[in-house]
Amino acid sequence: MRDVAILSYAQTKYTAHEKARNEVEMLMPVLSEAVEKSGIPRKEIGFTCSGSTDYLAGQSFSFVMAVDAVGAWPPIRESHVEMDGAWALYECWVKIQTGEVDSALAFSFGRASMGDLPSVLTMQLDPYVLQPLHPDATSLAALQARALLDAGKSSEQEWAEIAARSLRDAKDNPDAIRKGDADVAALLKEPYVASPLRAHTLPPVTDGAAAMVIAAGDVARKVSEKPVWIRGIDHRLDPHMPGVRDLTVSPSTAKAGEKAGTGQGGFDIAELYAPFAPQEIILREALGLGDGVRINPSGGPLAAHPMMVAGLARVGEAARQIWSGKAGRALAHATQGPCLQQNLVTILEAE
Amino acid sequence: MAEETAPVKAIQTPTHIEYTYSPGRASTRFLRAMEQKRIMGQKCTGCGKVYVPPRGACPKCGLPTEEEVQVEDKGTVVSFTVVRVPSENIQLELPYASGSILLDGADIPFQALLRDVEVADVRPGMRVKAEWVEDSELGPTFQNIKWFHPIDEPDVPFEKFKEHL
Repeated sequence: MRDVAILSYAQTKYTAHEKARNEVEMLMPVLSEAVEKSGIPRKEIGFTCSGSTDYLAGQSFSFVMAVDAVGAWPPIRESHVEMDGAWALYECWVKIQTGEVDSALAFSFGRASMGDLPSVLTMQLDPYVLQPLHPDATSLAALQARALLDAGKSSEQEWAEIAARSLRDAKDNPDAIRKGDADVAALLKEPYVASPLRAHTLPPVTDGAAAMVIAAGDVARKVSEKPVWIRGIDHRLDPHMPGVRDLTVSPSTAKAGEKAGTGQGGFDIAELYAPFAPQEIILREALGLGDGVRINPSGGPLAAHPMMVAGLARVGEAARQIWSGKAGRALAHATQGPCLQQNLVTILEAE
Repeated sequence: MAEETAPVKAIQTPTHIEYTYSPGRASTRFLRAMEQKRIMGQKCTGCGKVYVPPRGACPKCGLPTEEEVQVEDKGTVVSFTVVRVPSENIQLELPYASGSILLDGADIPFQALLRDVEVADVRPGMRVKAEWVEDSELGPTFQNIKWFHPIDEPDVPFEKFKEHL
């Protein structure tokens, strides 16, 4: 295995509804910032991979237009995943492992506000049996939350505490869109959106973009004073059909974590992509994260949930904790699909 | 054994999603100018190329294209095709020609319909001009231009536009 490190990360100041800028206009400053901070000239970056979905823009091949923001002439080596940017990062990491390139740029973007996101997400369900019923993402997450309650594994009180903690921590994150001091008792008086989920347990619809540059060890040491090392990265998935799963557990997260190296523990912080508050309980159990690990110091996805970006942002926010000296070893998790179906775990360390 | 039933070979599962599209800064400026019968391109700060319609970035350099440049509503056919096969959503009389048109002042061509010309006479290098809708019908849309028609100007030699194919 080649050592690989994160050299730089940049993200937009998120908005609930980006009206002024199109995807390319959102991406250009973020890409410029990430490339500039990496210390590698744009034309020397070996590989570029983006993560996005055309269903957010409602336009086929919309990701091709986003390549305009990269500067693709003379022709660059470029790829795309119809996945969160964390999976674009994974492809970049694999590309470096092949030895074909020594550095790579991963980026992702989404303007979820152009459509009705929970409804748009039904498009990721199987098209024969489940999708025709049009169960939106919030309803499916509510079924999962109900399963947790029925199994006696969590409580509505615990979810409100997760939300309150997320909003409080987001006060230190200038890019977050939902933040502040929330009273748990008051949160529990909110009406249900989809029982047992109340508004504070749902992610805010968010528009944004993010970019990250990574490089092989020798290059990273040459250009960067403080590379953040990727000690492990792995992704796994559970069956597509929620009906065949035990929704109170996440075997794919546990497996991805095990392969990435969670067994060694020692995490100062973990950035978990639980779009819905109850899912954090499932992820902590799957990853074996005890009370000593601070969860989502950035505020996490309850404070900002840029669809297709939030997973890459978990890795970026975890790296920022290491750059700022607040953490030495960190875990970043990304998810995709209904009810935590697909999961990716990255383990980061300071030098 | 259960009686064999006919296999299901196809199902239809209609779905409907609505979007509220906002085009972004570059396209908004372009569409607002179209409303006033002007065609605005944008120039790359790096390579100097002018893009019409603009999307805000130079795909070659990856830089913002912030300088606005008005281009002409006439230009040169750099390539074309003749459509002879009917298609469900096209109401035009066959055959008709569709051209790749490089407007004077622009560096990339775009597709438009060519009319008021026999398809056999359409050729690369041919000079053409936009046929606009009535002023009262102008809106923030590319559809302000109905088609392009030939004008009485000498053909442009291939050497002059080969870079823009």
